[in-house]
Amino acid sequence: MTVQEDPALAQLSTQPEPVRPVRRGELLGPLRYGWRQLTSMRTALLLLFLLAVASIPGGFLPQRRINPLRVQEFVQEHPRLGPLLDRLSMFEVFSSTWFAAIYLLLFISLVGCLVPRTRLHLRALRSTPPQVPRTLARLPVSDRWQTTRDPDEVLAHCQQTLSGWRTVRRDQELSAERGYLRETGNLVFHLSLVLLLIGIAVGAFRGFTGTVLVVEGRGFANTVALFDDVQPGRSFSPGSLVPFSLTLKDFRATYSADGKALTFNADVAWQRPGMTPQPYDLRVNHPLEIDGAKTYLIGHGYAPHVVVKDRDGQVIDDRFVPCLPQNSQFLSTCVIKEPFTSGKQLGFRGVFTPTTVTDADGRVGSASPALLNPALTLAAFEGDLGLDSGVPQSVYSLDTSLMTPIDQGRAQALLPGQSFALPGGGSLTYAGTAEWATFQVTQDPGKLLALVASVGIVGGLLLSLLVRRRRVWVRVLSAPGSPTTVEAGGLARTDAERFSTEFAELATRMRSERA
Amino acid sequence: MPDSDLGQLGDGLLFVAVIVYTMAMLGFAGEQASRRARRQLVSAGGSSAEGTVLERTVTLTESPSRAGRFALALTGCGWLVHVISLMTRGFAADRVPWGNMYEFSSAVALVAVTAFLVLVIRGKVERSLGAFVMLPVVLYLGLAATLLYTEAGPLVPALNSYWIKIHVAAAIIASGAFLLSGVVAVLYLIRSRYDEKQSAGAELRFPVTLGPQLPSALVLDRVSYSVIAFAFPIWTFAVIAGAIWAEAAWGRYWGWDPKETWSFITWVLYAGYLHARSTAGWKGRKAAWVAVAAAVALIIDYYVVNIFVVGLHSYA
Repeated sequence: MTVQEDPALAQLSTQPEPVRPVRRGELLGPLRYGWRQLTSMRTALLLLFLLAVASIPGGFLPQRRINPLRVQEFVQEHPRLGPLLDRLSMFEVFSSTWFAAIYLLLFISLVGCLVPRTRLHLRALRSTPPQVPRTLARLPVSDRWQTTRDPDEVLAHCQQTLSGWRTVRRDQELSAERGYLRETGNLVFHLSLVLLLIGIAVGAFRGFTGTVLVVEGRGFANTVALFDDVQPGRSFSPGSLVPFSLTLKDFRATYSADGKALTFNADVAWQRPGMTPQPYDLRVNHPLEIDGAKTYLIGHGYAPHVVVKDRDGQVIDDRFVPCLPQNSQFLSTCVIKEPFTSGKQLGFRGVFTPTTVTDADGRVGSASPALLNPALTLAAFEGDLGLDSGVPQSVYSLDTSLMTPIDQGRAQALLPGQSFALPGGGSLTYAGTAEWATFQVTQDPGKLLALVASVGIVGGLLLSLLVRRRRVWVRVLSAPGSPTTVEAGGLARTDAERFSTEFAELATRMRSERA
Repeated sequence: MPDSDLGQLGDGLLFVAVIVYTMAMLGFAGEQASRRARRQLVSAGGSSAEGTVLERTVTLTESPSRAGRFALALTGCGWLVHVISLMTRGFAADRVPWGNMYEFSSAVALVAVTAFLVLVIRGKVERSLGAFVMLPVVLYLGLAATLLYTEAGPLVPALNSYWIKIHVAAAIIASGAFLLSGVVAVLYLIRSRYDEKQSAGAELRFPVTLGPQLPSALVLDRVSYSVIAFAFPIWTFAVIAGAIWAEAAWGRYWGWDPKETWSFITWVLYAGYLHARSTAGWKGRKAAWVAVAAAVALIIDYYVVNIFVVGLHSYA
C-alpha cells in the first residue's frame, strides 16, 4: 500500500467542483465580474472578519438600546470623542447602516455561493460515482493483489464489501463513494444561517416589547397605551397585540443573611377578555405565555403607602409611590407631587431604605435589600410643580426651579405610621410599604423560525464536520491462463490518516476469499 | 446549604492539582532538555572526543522517555485530583460546580488538560508538547485561584435554571478546547517561523529557538484544526442554548449584551478560521493567526467582559 500526494489528483477530489464562470456578455461583463468577486470565498472571508471587527465597538462601548443612561454619561465624560463616536453610530452599532451593509453583503455573497453549490450537490446526489482513474497506484492510498477467482466474482465480492457505499459497476471496474451528507450538512448549515437572519428580521419588523411597572394589587392590560415604555417593530400593528390583562396579587423576594437575592416570585392572575382569571406563579426563568405573548418578571422595588391630609384632616391623596432602586441594597429614590392642595403645590423628594442604617453624619443608608427596618426620608418643597408649563414631566423627577424648600430643605426620616407635618397644618403619613414589579410583554413572531434555523445550524454543522466524503475504486485485470489482478485505490479530502486505516481494512476484506 | 468545610477541601485539592501539574510540566521540560542535550552531543560527537560523548549519549537515551512517561502519569494524577476538587466544590454548594468565575476557570482548565490527555493517548500528538500545554494551564489556574477566588455559595436567581447545566457546560467544554487550540496555534506559528528561518539560514531568537522542541508544523496545524472542529459545534450549541435561556430569563433571545456580542465575535472568528484553513492564500500562518485572535476574543468574552464591562452577565 502506498501513500502519496499528487496535484494531478485534484480533479478527482471529493471537494465540490468550483462554480464555472459564466461567459461574459458585452454589457453584463463588469456586473458579472463584480458578482463573481462578491461570491468568492476570499471576499466572504474578508466580510466575515470585517463583521467581527465591526462588532468590537459594540462589545466595549455602552449601547443605547441596552443602557441609554450609560451612553449619556459616556458622552458627558468625553465631550470631544463622544459626539464624534455618536455620529459614527458607535452607540448603536447593531442597528447602524454600516453594520447592516456588512452583514447584508455577507449574506448576499453567501446566497450567491449557496445557490450554485446546492444545484451541483443535487446533481451529485443523482449521479453515479465517477469513473475509475487510469493509474490507481497514483492515488493517496492504493493496493494491488492477485486472486484465482474470476473477475465477476471478485467485483461482486468487492461490491458486497462496500455496503453502505454508493457503488456502480462499469465493465471490469467498480466505483464507490460515500459521505454525501457532508455537503448536505454544509448546505443546511449555511441555509439555516439565512433562515436565522430572516427570523431575526421578522421579529425586528413585526415584534413588540412593552414594559410596565405594577404595584401589588394593581394590574395592566396588553395595550400600547398602558405600557410605560414600548419598543414596537418597524411595521408592527397594534391590532396584533394579544388581548389579556394581568393583576399583581403579591410579590415576594427572599434574601440570604448577607443580602444576596435567592428568589423572586410574582403571584399574578391573568385573564383573556370575558374569561375567568387564572393564577400564575411568574418568576425569573419562568415567564407566562398567552397565545404567543410572553410576560416576564424583569425588575422589582418598593412603593411606600403615602396618605396626605390637609389642615382640616381631609385626605387629599392616598396612594403607593413607586421608588426606583439605586443600588444593590435597594436604597431607592422617591418623588411625590401634590398638585391639588388648597394652597401652594407641594413636592417631596427623598429616599426609601428597606433596612435603614444611619451613619455618624446622620445620613441614611440601606444595609440590605430585604424589608427589615424601612424608613422614608423626605425633604419637602412648596410652590409651583411646573405641571402646567406644557413640558412633559417624568413622575420620577421633581423640578424645584419654581419651588422653595420647606424647613430649609431639611430631610425627615419617617418610620411606618409616622407623619411629616406640613406648613399650615396638613400632614403626609408614611402608612406602610407595598412592593412593585416590572413586567415585560414580548411578542416575537420570528422566534420560532429562528429556533428552527438554530437546530439546522447545529445539525448541519455536525454533519459537515463529522461526515467524511471519500471514494474507492476497484479495477480487475484478467488475461486468459493467468491469475486475476485486482487494483484498488481511494481518495478522501479530509482526515487522510483515518481514511488510510479505513481503506486498509476495506482492502483486507476485499482480498479475503470468503464472501 | 453551602458547606464551607467541603468547599475548603475542594480549594485544597485544586491547590494539590496545580502542584502536581507543575511537577508534570517540569518533567516534560526535563525530557525536552535532555533530548536537546543529546541532540547537541550527537552533533558534536563527530569532531571531538568520541568515546566519552558516546558513553554519555547512551545514558541519556534512557532518561528522557522515563521522565516523559513519569510526567504523563503525573498529569493523569493531577487530572484526577482536579476532577475530585471540582466535584467537591459542587457538593459543597449543592449545585453544578460552575456558578462563578473561579469555578468556571477551573473547569475550563480541566477540559483543556482532558483534551490534551486524549490527544496524547490517541497518538495524535507527542507528549513532549506537555511542557507547553501545562505551563499555561498552571498559570491560568494560579491566576483563577488568586484573583477570582469565590467561596462556594448559592446562585443568584437569574442563574437558577436547568439551562445552567446545558449552556454553561457546553461553554466550558468549547472554551477549554478552544484555549488548547490557541496554545497549539501559537506553537505552530513558532514552529513554522523556525522552519522558515532555518531554511533561510537566518539567526534565531526566542521564542523561535523553541522550534526544534516542537512537533512538526504539519502535526501542530492538524491538531489545532481538529480541536477547533471539535469545539466549534459545541460553542455554536452553547451560544444557541444561551439564547434560549436568555429568552426565558430576560425576555429576548438576543440583545447584544456585551457577553453576547463577544461570543458572537468569537463564533465569527472561529467560523472564519474553518473557512480560511481551506482557502488558498489564507492557509497556514494566516489561518493560525485567526485561531489566535479567536482565542483572544474568547478570553475577552469571559474575563474582560465580566470584570470591566457592565452587562447582564456581570454577576458571576
